[in-house]
Amino acid sequence: MGQGAVAVGKVAVRRGTVPFLARRSVRNVLFKLVIYPVLIAGSIVMLMPLAWLVSSSLKPSGLIFVVPPQWIPKPIAWENYRKVWELIPFALYTRNTLIITIGSIIGGVSSATLVAFGFARLRFPGRDVLFLVLLSTIMIPEQVTLIPTYVLFRLIGWLDTFYPLIVPTFFGGGAFSIFLVRQFFMRLPLELDDAARIDGCGSFGIFFRILLPQARPVLGVLAIFSFMGNWNGFFLPLIYLNSPEKYTLSIGINLFRGTQFAAWNLLMAASLMMALPCIVLYFVAQRYFIQGIVFTGIKG
Amino acid sequence: MSPTERREAIEGYIAISPWILGFFIWTLGPILASLYFSLTDFEVVKPPVFIGLGNFRRMFFGDRLFWQSLKVTATYVFVSVPLGITLAFAVALLMNQKVKFLGFFRTAYYMPNLVPAVGSAILWIWIFNPEFGLLNNFLANFGIKGPMWLAHSKWALPALIIMSLWGVGGGMLIYLAGLQGIPTDLYEAAEVDGAGVAARFWHVTVPQMTPVLFFNLVMGIIGSFQVFTAGYIMTGGGPRYATYFYVLHLYYNAFHYFRMGHASALAWVLGIIILFFTLLVFRSSAAWVYYEGELRGRR
Repeated sequence: MGQGAVAVGKVAVRRGTVPFLARRSVRNVLFKLVIYPVLIAGSIVMLMPLAWLVSSSLKPSGLIFVVPPQWIPKPIAWENYRKVWELIPFALYTRNTLIITIGSIIGGVSSATLVAFGFARLRFPGRDVLFLVLLSTIMIPEQVTLIPTYVLFRLIGWLDTFYPLIVPTFFGGGAFSIFLVRQFFMRLPLELDDAARIDGCGSFGIFFRILLPQARPVLGVLAIFSFMGNWNGFFLPLIYLNSPEKYTLSIGINLFRGTQFAAWNLLMAASLMMALPCIVLYFVAQRYFIQGIVFTGIKG
Repeated sequence: MSPTERREAIEGYIAISPWILGFFIWTLGPILASLYFSLTDFEVVKPPVFIGLGNFRRMFFGDRLFWQSLKVTATYVFVSVPLGITLAFAVALLMNQKVKFLGFFRTAYYMPNLVPAVGSAILWIWIFNPEFGLLNNFLANFGIKGPMWLAHSKWALPALIIMSLWGVGGGMLIYLAGLQGIPTDLYEAAEVDGAGVAARFWHVTVPQMTPVLFFNLVMGIIGSFQVFTAGYIMTGGGPRYATYFYVLHLYYNAFHYFRMGHASALAWVLGIIILFFTLLVFRSSAAWVYYEGELRGRR
């Protein structure tokens, strides 16, 4: 509540013209009395499924189908987590997912920054038109390009390899990424470039020595997004990977569900293990995380 | 063009060359190829055979699943997107009232987005379990006997929409940042002019937020038309095709029956539908989206 609000309230009281409920201070208190319960109730609704995930993952098989559910199982079955590793090649799936994820991060971040540099800091004919073309590709659903791309990969013998999931990221890393970095580069003063040029620095020297070192926050955001996207990816791995030893966590865990349809404790343990890196990443790099989400949602 | 300008231009093209190449290889080329495939009978192992508009004819006049998938997907989009935006915006508004523990609330609402799609799909199958799941056990506390959810053709799609609302935290973060970015002097000016809470909301907050809402509406529509994972994992499109999303139909055609020609036609129709609604929203935006500095100068 600001100073002004108090003053207005006081004036109103003295004059006695404002009814009790319309008074600012009263309304503020009432408002807060509504806000907190609603926000807390909402938080509970949001967190409840997560609590259910954790709780179910720690239940011994005998306690899964018990009504009403026991939130804190007795005994706690920590061994569920070990069992997942025994029942499915969790380590192998993790390794495959990591290869794809890291490859895509490298490809996406490096190519998006280079392309964004071109669009943001260099002048060349057709630049603005090309950038519009780039932006409009955001609207194209991936299904439209999916089948020819699949046919192409089949033609060059890349089906059932990681290449279809990694190689395309080296071509700009997606319109969103380029846009994100471009906006960042646009905000850096052009005098930086001019000064460097006077010192005999070429365009790519400026890119590597002047701009990239400053771009670390935006590179962090890109890397996080790329991590989340690839770690969680389902559609493309489903289409491109056929042999079990190539499966990612998404595909592997979904397959596991097909064979263990009643073992909810193990399925929950597997899902939670897969979510863990994302949750840790969020808490470690919360600032970048939020900045990135906010940016992609606002600056369209 | 001076030599230095020419040099800069060449370097510019070099810098964007990965995207240019990618645009031709992964976007323009495939779009044109897919247009061609859509006019053919193409089963991958044999070269495509030109059949004109045969795929489209079959789709529109001989494929009940096409219409069903369109109906399901449209229902999903037009319920879950507005609901999700409204809810996310409402939560953001509450959080913007200088609440304490903002960091906690923000994290609590955002947390669900950190669970991978496959993990949350499996989690929600379990939550929707009619007998032992979280939801019906919770409802039982109030004496409500919950429905069969995913196992019932009437409840399966609503169940998936409920699940999609679990992800409102992403939108909430965006709107919250948008709200925090509204200049306070606008509110002060409105207050000086005697605007009450409601007036300030409708005449300051909402107009200032329309560009953000607009952008998220567009992206929400584009994304939701492509919904796949939840349907594929949780229901397989059932029961009785009640959750048979468009992209599921496309996927089955392409990768189960290897009707690549037909699937390409489906993809093109999806692209056109998405384009249509995007343009529609863009067209309508002139009426409801407020852009700073646009007001004066025109007209």
